[in-house]
Amino acid sequence: MTVSTSLRPDQRLIRTCREELWSALRDGDEHAAATAVFAGLEDGVPAEAVLMEVIAPSQARVGQEWAANRMTVAQEHVATAINERVIAALAHHPAGRVEPRHARVAVACVEGEWHALPARLLSEVLRLRGWRVDFLGAHVPTPHLIAHLHRTGPEAVLLSASIPTHLPTAHAAITACMAAGVPVLAGGAAFGADGRYARSLGASDWAADAATVAELLAAGLPRPDPTAMHHPIEDLPHLADQEYTMIAQSRSRLVKETLAELEERFLPMREYSSRQRRHTAEDIAHVADYLATALYVDDQELFTAFIGWTAGILTARGVPARSLALTLDVLDSQLKDFPRARALLERAGHGLRPDPHIPVPGNGKPA
Amino acid sequence: MDTSKTSPAGPRELRATWASAPYPVVLADRAGGVIELNDAASCILPEVRPGDWLHESAPNWLADAHQRLSRGIPSQNGSSSAPAGGRIGERVYEAHPTRDPDGDVVWWLVDDTDRRLAEEALRSERERTAFLAEASNALLSSLNVDRCMEVTAQLAATHLADAAVIVAPGKGRRHPMTSCVGENPVSRGTVEIDTSAMPGLSEALQGFPPVPSRWIDPASAPEWVIPEEMRGSVGSVVITPLPGHGLPGGVLILLRSADHTAFTEDAEIFARLFAARAGAALSAARMYAEQSSITTTLMRELLPPSLHQVNGVEFAGGYRASGQSERVGGDFYDVHPGADADQESLAVLGDVCGKGLEAAVLTGKIRNTLHALLPLADDHQRMLRLLNTALLNSHHTRFATLVLASAVRLERGVRLRVTSAGHPAPLVVRADGTVEEAETHGSLVGVLRDIKSATAAIDLAVGETCLLFTDGITEARGGPLGDEMFGESRLREALGECAGMPAEAVVERVQMLAAQWVGRGRHDDMAVVAITTPRGGPLTAMTLGSLGRRRA
Repeated sequence: MTVSTSLRPDQRLIRTCREELWSALRDGDEHAAATAVFAGLEDGVPAEAVLMEVIAPSQARVGQEWAANRMTVAQEHVATAINERVIAALAHHPAGRVEPRHARVAVACVEGEWHALPARLLSEVLRLRGWRVDFLGAHVPTPHLIAHLHRTGPEAVLLSASIPTHLPTAHAAITACMAAGVPVLAGGAAFGADGRYARSLGASDWAADAATVAELLAAGLPRPDPTAMHHPIEDLPHLADQEYTMIAQSRSRLVKETLAELEERFLPMREYSSRQRRHTAEDIAHVADYLATALYVDDQELFTAFIGWTAGILTARGVPARSLALTLDVLDSQLKDFPRARALLERAGHGLRPDPHIPVPGNGKPA
Repeated sequence: MDTSKTSPAGPRELRATWASAPYPVVLADRAGGVIELNDAASCILPEVRPGDWLHESAPNWLADAHQRLSRGIPSQNGSSSAPAGGRIGERVYEAHPTRDPDGDVVWWLVDDTDRRLAEEALRSERERTAFLAEASNALLSSLNVDRCMEVTAQLAATHLADAAVIVAPGKGRRHPMTSCVGENPVSRGTVEIDTSAMPGLSEALQGFPPVPSRWIDPASAPEWVIPEEMRGSVGSVVITPLPGHGLPGGVLILLRSADHTAFTEDAEIFARLFAARAGAALSAARMYAEQSSITTTLMRELLPPSLHQVNGVEFAGGYRASGQSERVGGDFYDVHPGADADQESLAVLGDVCGKGLEAAVLTGKIRNTLHALLPLADDHQRMLRLLNTALLNSHHTRFATLVLASAVRLERGVRLRVTSAGHPAPLVVRADGTVEEAETHGSLVGVLRDIKSATAAIDLAVGETCLLFTDGITEARGGPLGDEMFGESRLREALGECAGMPAEAVVERVQMLAAQWVGRGRHDDMAVVAITTPRGGPLTAMTLGSLGRRRA
């Protein structure tokens, strides 16, 4: 068996490999997926390219297909599980075996974050580049992470979060790691396309992809100043207005009242099944969570982008987005004493209305 | 009347006043000629006599101040009549001028020595306090021994000396060593050393009896102590023991280069204060490391195992303890693989009344007992009866509920025998998404003498899953409205979407939904085990190796 270590893999080979993996994932065929990936390896695609240019894009595509309602939740989970198994098998392949020659690092997902695959891919890339990697997995409670740091004393923590609503938890984790003297490199979609939230939450640095993480680690991350007695509120002085705290604490009441008010103002809701009603409550809770998160990081874009995305998701599933605009209105009327929250709601609402892609059905009956 | 001259009586009266003043006073004319001194001034300036020039016999600082004053040049602090100051002999004086209209100046000298000394002492004391506070903050931040040594070396190398070396207590001749020069990065390693080769080192490393810190001759310091950047330039070396709360804490070696002032006694006392803090932090870190390694060892048996495919049956498990910082609790699961493909594997999932470590210890006992009863696994009722008796006879007053599931792969799917002992019945998701409850029920174990149970037989086709779960899942409170139970109907609905999923995807989905339902709220221990008939065999390095080349 010949395994190429060339740094410039053949793009055509990679494309073939990617297409074959994708069709295997669609069919939920684990063996076909493994065959595609391992044949690519043996044809000379380097292990890192398999991870970053074959598996990572296919996983991103899974998310897009789900959002467009072309893949079910089950198919999404099957595809993810297959990718995870393929990655695990890759680590045992001769092309994926590397003796560690660098220091130790810890890779973890923020508590509440279940999307472990990006962190898993990162762990494997770093392992291939000779780092000793402790992959702590999805949903790592901050106390477990800190205990791990005290026990193992790694060079850095690589903290992953995909969903923005985990940013407040991520902030707590970042602060705790830095206070324990370990630099934190943040990554994942939650921190924004340009990593802006990583910086505002006080992380040592942010990286867009695994290769950048490896470069930053190789250059050496500065240890946080151990003598600085840092208080988390210093990162986010706007939290002093307590809007985040109060909205996060009264979330259930806010959802209940919004639901009741929505029922009065949105006639089709009166014919909702209990299941539809439950989904509506969950949607409102999501809006409240994103609103709270946008207040936490003080960023309009985070909330507007979520509302735009949700409108797209609802449209793809034939649910009238008018209910979303109405939800924002109702929340606005409930949050009279919260100027920052109201500004967020109003601007997100503006973005929603003129969008010609969101149909408002005449009778408003949900599909 | 001549008013241009001061009446001779004036100065004389003045003289009479200040001649006996307790402060030294010097009168000089505009040009700097000394007119007169009082007794106190003669005492401290015996070489100055009336008629002398200030710049010839008085201290330079006073002569300069006089000259500046006469020429109207403002002194450094901006005012021409502000006090000047300087040394006279061993003491320090402040000189306050008063001028008469003729330009004669009376210099009042105030002994300032003690105030300056006090100010100096206060400043250095403040600096030290600030450094010690800073050092304490830094040392408290980590409970990792290596990190603690790193911080100690860094602080010492930047604040106390030019370089610092820490030798930790070792095993035999091998000692972990951390060193740092100035602001350079810390280097860490292990040295094999003869501690008696360096004077004072072995005593300091032993930690008992207490030894003071001591200076040693740089020439007698062995080569390994001197960092490369300092070779040939070391002027002084001090060895200070790091006090270690009952155990040897190691040694802090401070080095100063020859062009830097050597250590004063004061600096050495200060180094000892720092060493006390560093030693305390290091021993706390060592104790934490020791405790955490004990915990890890003891916990290993209590942690839920990681599951995988066994003899053509896919098993996956997920666990979340109730306490945020806990890893174990009163829920448990296990899979005991059958000896070969024809033998049943036994999956167990259960829930001991109670939470936390105490409950976890009991789960360990139940798991051990079941393990010992494995040869009887073909009769679930008998197994449960024996477990029940064992629990009744133990001193634990707790009871448990559990599910036993024996699984064997047949050609078309997996055949299961499932028995519940007082536990929520497992749910089965069929290939078409229908969800059924396994028809099994029975009494919990550890309470009654006689227990009864009924076993259900279930066949799982490819892609079908049997889910064992604890009530921590169904009774999880939260949701969008905050106070609802997750409930069995939600679990069934979620499971309905799991047809065709691999076992770990089912487990992850259920765990994720329950965790999101709970949000940041409190919850009980949660455990899930999925048993699934997989599509093909497991992915292993072996099967992958045999995949061979694909495009034939």
